Amino acid sequence: MPERIRHAPLDMGKATFPKAKIQLIKDQCKGCGFCIRFCPQKVLEESQEINARGVHPPKIVDESKCLACGFCTAVCPDFAIFIIEKPSKEDVKNG
Amino acid sequence: MVQEIMHPLSKYLREAMIPHIWCTGCGNGIILNCFVHAVDELEMDLDKLVVVSGIGCIGRSAGYTNADSFHTTHGRALAFATGVKLANPELNVVVISGDGDLFAIGGNHFIHAARRNMGIKVICANNFNYGMTGGQQGPTTPLEASTTTTPYGNIEHPFNLVHLAAASGATYVARWTTLHVRRLTQSIKRMLQKEGFCFIEVVSPCPEIFGRRNKMRTGLEMMDWFKRASVVENFSDPSKAEITPEKLVVGEFVNIEKVSYEKFLHEKISQINERKVGW
Repeated sequence: MPERIRHAPLDMGKATFPKAKIQLIKDQCKGCGFCIRFCPQKVLEESQEINARGVHPPKIVDESKCLACGFCTAVCPDFAIFIIEKPSKEDVKNG
Repeated sequence: MVQEIMHPLSKYLREAMIPHIWCTGCGNGIILNCFVHAVDELEMDLDKLVVVSGIGCIGRSAGYTNADSFHTTHGRALAFATGVKLANPELNVVVISGDGDLFAIGGNHFIHAARRNMGIKVICANNFNYGMTGGQQGPTTPLEASTTTTPYGNIEHPFNLVHLAAASGATYVARWTTLHVRRLTQSIKRMLQKEGFCFIEVVSPCPEIFGRRNKMRTGLEMMDWFKRASVVENFSDPSKAEITPEKLVVGEFVNIEKVSYEKFLHEKISQINERKVGW
């Protein structure tokens, strides 16, 4: 990593991170594992349950780590996962 | 009763046809997802959108999109799309088809549609073989790759699709893999706003047919290859954009402006009607 970005940004304390709710449509999942492997925050994990298609759908490990990048929504070939961005505190304050 | 969760993009898909029948780990679903994302972000009118596809696994995408769509005979997706575009130039005509359909049997349609600069947008899913018929060697199979008809390794040189499209006169040429979902969506958005002939090649994983004969048994292993090997080289020379196990050159190669065929055609028709033909 280059030296200049090793330090935290100066407005780190003030910045608020977007939060999202992850929605899984488990019975549409075919178990390709793209969302699990390519999630930058490693929010998802393969579960032990078996869905209607006979595969293991992902499960959410820690939803608070999700930063609403939406890569899982974009990379899912089966339209089985999507995120709903939660309004931030500032948005709630401003109505 | 539990309320069923609806995907936000499900209005662009035909409900009765989803879930689709593509294999686990196939990239066709990602291409459809990116296309639908781009249509959603541009807020396009579905009555003005025509999706045409040829024969092949990805050919089913015309049936899955909720726009006016047509599934044509083998190789003739561009011929049909040409007719649609000329009959009604207001329509946005998108061809989503595979490498075998567009470049093997439909090769001539492709180069001439590109030469005429027909206002058609082409998305080509390149999975390196004929996936639907059992994995025969096709026009894009890389050298030394193993397929059902080349069990000792392929000895034919493959087409470089982006070079072919650029040399034939396409106004927008790009190549992405199914891992570059954001850039692919951006690229499709840019393409849908352009006038002339546009072409995007999407390198797509085919783990069940191509991958398992080439030491990549799952979609994840093929995606890992894309991640490891792909190099973004925007506006580099498309003739040097190679696809090898070590290096996979992706990016936007051409983005130029040119007057499209249907504009010339309708201008000419109005000139003839005003009797101003000739030198």
